[in-house]
Amino acid sequence: MASGIPVYYVARNLWTRRLTTGLTAGGMALVVFVFAVVLMLDEGLKRTLVTTGEYDNVVVTRRASETEIQSLIQREQVPIVETHPAVALDRDGTALVSRELVVLISLNKRNSEKPSNIAIRGVSPRALELRPQVKIVEGRMFEAGKSEIIAGSGITRRFSGAGVGERLRFGQRDWTVVGLFDAGNSGFDSEIWGDVEQLAQAFRRTTYSAVIVRLADTRRFDQLKRDIESDPRLTLEAKREQVYYADQSKALSTFISILGLTLSIIFSVGAMIGAMITMYASVANRVAEIGTLRALGFRRRAILAAFLMESMLLGLVGGGVGLFFASFMQLVTFSTMNFQSFAELAFGFTLNGAIVAKSVAFAAIMGLVGGVLPAARAARMKIVDSLRAA
Amino acid sequence: MTAHVLKLIVKNALRHKLRTALTAAGIVVAILSFGLLQTVIGAWYAGANAASDARLVTRNAISLAFPMPLSYASRIRAVDGVAAVTHANWFGGVYQDPKNFFVQFAVDARTYLDLFPEFRLSEAERTAFVRDRKGAIVGRKLANQYGFKVGDSIPLRGTIFPGQWEFVVRGIYDGGKPTTDTSQMLFQWDYLNESMLKTFPRRANQVGFYVVRIENPDDAAAVSRAIDEQFKNSIAETVTETEKAFQLGFVSMSEAIVVAIRVVSFVVIVIILAVMANTMAMSARERLAEYATLKALGFGPAFLATLILGESVAICAAGAAAGIALTFPVAAAFSAKMGTLFPVFHVEASTLVMQAVAALVVGLAAAVVPSLRSARISIVNGLRHAG
Repeated sequence: MASGIPVYYVARNLWTRRLTTGLTAGGMALVVFVFAVVLMLDEGLKRTLVTTGEYDNVVVTRRASETEIQSLIQREQVPIVETHPAVALDRDGTALVSRELVVLISLNKRNSEKPSNIAIRGVSPRALELRPQVKIVEGRMFEAGKSEIIAGSGITRRFSGAGVGERLRFGQRDWTVVGLFDAGNSGFDSEIWGDVEQLAQAFRRTTYSAVIVRLADTRRFDQLKRDIESDPRLTLEAKREQVYYADQSKALSTFISILGLTLSIIFSVGAMIGAMITMYASVANRVAEIGTLRALGFRRRAILAAFLMESMLLGLVGGGVGLFFASFMQLVTFSTMNFQSFAELAFGFTLNGAIVAKSVAFAAIMGLVGGVLPAARAARMKIVDSLRAA
Repeated sequence: MTAHVLKLIVKNALRHKLRTALTAAGIVVAILSFGLLQTVIGAWYAGANAASDARLVTRNAISLAFPMPLSYASRIRAVDGVAAVTHANWFGGVYQDPKNFFVQFAVDARTYLDLFPEFRLSEAERTAFVRDRKGAIVGRKLANQYGFKVGDSIPLRGTIFPGQWEFVVRGIYDGGKPTTDTSQMLFQWDYLNESMLKTFPRRANQVGFYVVRIENPDDAAAVSRAIDEQFKNSIAETVTETEKAFQLGFVSMSEAIVVAIRVVSFVVIVIILAVMANTMAMSARERLAEYATLKALGFGPAFLATLILGESVAICAAGAAAGIALTFPVAAAFSAKMGTLFPVFHVEASTLVMQAVAALVVGLAAAVVPSLRSARISIVNGLRHAG
């Protein structure tokens, strides 16, 4: 644009009024911070639950039970699922399955002694083969037939009695924590695992909660699902593990994004008002200057563009600062109760390119909207009047 | 003198009508959202705040997900200091779609309402409820949300207790206090138990939690200990705590969200502080020449500070008054929109006080830097300043 006003003129205008610019950009930075943090939290939650599930694993639970905790599978139903031809076999010809029992126990937090619900999962010995992301990082795997448990990395840190070598008491027994596992920041990090048969006895359960099977061929999922759900002997349903865990977080994820976006929008109104005040003052202080620019031959459109750019730059400065501080939130872990399973779930804040882009766009739009009216006023000024104002 | 100062403050505030109006509008938004966020936090604690001192809750020591035998009722009743016992189960059924969430309890129809006198129900409705095995009562808020009327049937899909269940509304209860949860559905425990006897006999005669009324609230700790002592080393050991502690247990599980909302509610105040401080800084800078003139006439820095502070507080007060006034209709609309997700959504008096204090703090803090600046400026420099 030959008739455009140079960008450095715009930037220097902001620099000249540092205090005002700083305060306005600071307000915007806070809004962008809240906006970005909410998106990061939602992303962290989604990533945690997606990595929890293995695409080729299938979770079989009782129909309409929604979560493993509420599900019950009769023992005699299990072999029907395990012997389905779509289930993968290992070299010895045994099926890759894990019979699991998931119950909630209440444990006290290390620092506050406040109780929270923890999911404890009884698994078959094959469970680690089915979940390659779960690795023992300290101690060893529990032995079948013993009162031994292993704790997820999120649990050990936050709950008393859950460190390696420590003991937990539930179900009229003392359980020794023999190992610590890392599940790659998935939902399993917020769980305790033990031998399913031992846990079933301790909790007086004759039924399982879920059966996890590995598909021999990923394309045979539909066949497995159809056969299980139409079998009159079973009242079960099958879901891919990834889908199952994504469904588990739907309520929490919706809650976080609705709450966060509502807040961001309300707060942005405040920040846009701030930008508007600043830009109106910026216009009012420069009436004579605007007149001079017009007299020099710059068109109304150029004036409009210059002020819009100024306010957008203001927004971008705020957005940059907000994102800078938001990026530090990646060091923090957030833990809360998942509304659907009633169990505690720990997850992080995840920053990715899409969130950066969204935040920057949000900041620019805030600046732009705040600047529209003041810029229009500047562009509408008559040359003679504005020169006379000096 | 004071009248003149006030006049001057008001005139100053109205010099840039647009700027003042925008700033005040920003404050309205901030004070309003601060009030709403505080109310949301209050809603989180509503269950704990509405809890009675004279009620204890007994649950399985492993966790709430584990039941206890029905036979515990008579043993709890025999404990010294216990006045009454009732039992209930969390049902967790789905009404049409999982997103239509509301609380359902299977309760002992004859005794439950005696322990919860804040659930107001007419005598005729109560009798109708007790007489009908499939009868249910629903809270006013829940009834309004889904249009339930007496005689309607409510189908629920069981998640914990499998199958399709049908209940008939026999009454609609009102809350005795504004903080009473009227978004629950209560139905007969006997109906649930009889169905379980037929389908899953092992899961019959099991109770989710007992509610115990004690004779003297001061004995809560001793009675709780005595109850838990009864079931020590049994298959289902118990934990008994006051209703308030029981409810706070739920809150603490989602504490991170509460903390986040609380932090954010203060962030909005900081955002508006930045906007307000900006307005005052701009006004003060434009008026440096006037301040120098006032100083030349013999007015001291304290007088200038009064002018700036007064203007700042006046704008904040106007914004805050509108914001506080708007809190009530907006909260009512929000509550209607959220339905049973927030069973109790009540603007507390303490919230209003906090809104007013926040506005005052913003007004004072925003004026600090401009006041100092105007106090420091020398008359000569100020007069030279072009404004």
